[in-house]
Amino acid sequence: MNVPMVDVVDVSKCFGGGDNQVKALDGVSMAVTPGEVVGIRGPSGSGKSTLLNVVACIAEPDSGRLSLAGETIWDAGYRVRDLRQLRRERIGFIFQFHNLLPFLDATDNVALAITLAGRDIRVAREKARNLLSYLQVDRRATAMPSELSGGEAQRVAIARALANEPRIILADEPTAALDSERARVVMDLLRQVAIEQSAAVLVVTHDEKIFDRFDRMISLRDGRIESTTRPTERVTA
Amino acid sequence: MNLALADIRHKLGRFLLTCVGLGLLMAVALAMVGIYQGVVAEALALSRSLKADLWVVEAGTNGPFAEASRMPGDVREIVARVPGVAAAGSITLQTVEAKASTGIRRVQVIGFEPGRPGGPVEIVQGQALSGARFELIADMRADLHLGAVVEMGRDRYRVVGLTRGLVASSGDPLVFITLRDSQLLQFKLAPTAARRSLAAGAAGASTDTINAVVARLSPSASPDVVAGSIRRWKHLSALTDAEQSDLLTRSVVNRARVQLGMFTVVLLFVSAVIIALIIYTMTMDKLKEIATLKLIGAPDSRIVGLVLQQALLLGSVGFVSGLAIILSVRRFFPRTVDLGPVEVAIMGLIIGVICILGSLISIRAALRIDPQKALGG
Repeated sequence: MNVPMVDVVDVSKCFGGGDNQVKALDGVSMAVTPGEVVGIRGPSGSGKSTLLNVVACIAEPDSGRLSLAGETIWDAGYRVRDLRQLRRERIGFIFQFHNLLPFLDATDNVALAITLAGRDIRVAREKARNLLSYLQVDRRATAMPSELSGGEAQRVAIARALANEPRIILADEPTAALDSERARVVMDLLRQVAIEQSAAVLVVTHDEKIFDRFDRMISLRDGRIESTTRPTERVTA
Repeated sequence: MNLALADIRHKLGRFLLTCVGLGLLMAVALAMVGIYQGVVAEALALSRSLKADLWVVEAGTNGPFAEASRMPGDVREIVARVPGVAAAGSITLQTVEAKASTGIRRVQVIGFEPGRPGGPVEIVQGQALSGARFELIADMRADLHLGAVVEMGRDRYRVVGLTRGLVASSGDPLVFITLRDSQLLQFKLAPTAARRSLAAGAAGASTDTINAVVARLSPSASPDVVAGSIRRWKHLSALTDAEQSDLLTRSVVNRARVQLGMFTVVLLFVSAVIIALIIYTMTMDKLKEIATLKLIGAPDSRIVGLVLQQALLLGSVGFVSGLAIILSVRRFFPRTVDLGPVEVAIMGLIIGVICILGSLISIRAALRIDPQKALGG
């Protein structure tokens, strides 16, 4: 049996206090196994971003347990000390607006993530070029982010997310700024990565045109899981 | 991979424009330091240029610069005979509005006896005074050329020599004429005033009056001991060169010095605030980038390095621009802007410290940026 890459057990998280207290997550449990692409959707304020932040180790849950790649990260007062190192080594992030550093070219944007993990810059650039080639944007390797199209920038962002071969990829509205065609291409790329690298992919999205690209779709409402559905029709890459 | 340099390269125009602005501010700060140093240097320029070991002045005064001093002309012979004195020369000092063909110059006139202490030690162009009447040696700051004719009092003088860097504590350039000419210039009454004086029964006043005697001592003589011997005459007072220099900086130019010093400190505070604000703005402009860096696992040292390196680069480029600006325009300043390597190094160090301190607020703000800011729109 596959050990879940992401294992969230009975996680709760509140914001504010007293009468103004808002329960962003209320006993949420979910798991994502290697090779799986899971979507999270829900209306504004349903807890999608909070759940993503908890899994990304940038928000601390009030209760519950979080395990990543079999290691307990949060559990009843226990937390791993160096969360930044954990993010660097195990998690790849993809953002709504790609968040490439505007002052680095495509190669260096990817290479930066590799150097953060302690690799030499020459090795990092070589690996970055390979990744860009894998994602078919190698011809734009020296382009600055402002010179890239939305689809190209998102591919570079995916290359950066894959730079340190993470087992977990978290994506926050990765297709929101793309048209339907490019959105599908990006989702197919994520599926390809999930399969080839045995990574768990968790995507927060509102984008209905890509719902059929997920293995499972978790719907949140008022901080709780409302439903988990498996799209009936899925187009594989 | 240097993120600070990459970011600067990306916004090079904006960075350079900021540096130019900062450079202008630093040029003003450096100018103030230079003017401050210049005031001190100018105050001491005259006493140092005359290479005096001892200044003999009227009893009870701290002349001839801090206070007025008048003595009979024969004091020089008395001083010259004091044991330990190798040479002595009488001098007069007077500020004059000299009329040249190109305009009026405010100058400090020194009357001295050619061949005796009191005259310029080095003449960079032309020749020394021959002893003939109405010859003049001027400092280049007076903007007079060799052969120029200058009108002072009722007489016309011809420029025969030029010096460099000789100014009074007020910043007025020095001109040297013979003692006799200067005594007539200073003490001889105008014909109408002289006639009135005679009509009132006064005898024809002597013009053999001097302001000070400059003495050079033999190498074995102690300035303090010789000064003590001279002070035994009731009508004379003596100051060693060290005492004269101290008096010049402590008394004559003290207000100007303190004023400039205070202004320099205020300017440095203003610079510090502006530098801190610029660095803070530069950092806050990268809020999303810093949040992204933190989210993808960049250690704090990388974030601190980014802010600090940019602050130091900004300070360095601004400082070098400021220095280049002030060095290229300082000759147009009416008073000396005395910026030596020591002053430049100290100012560089101060600017460096200001940049580091100024970046602390930005570093704190950068470290407090929540990585969650990288997520969402």
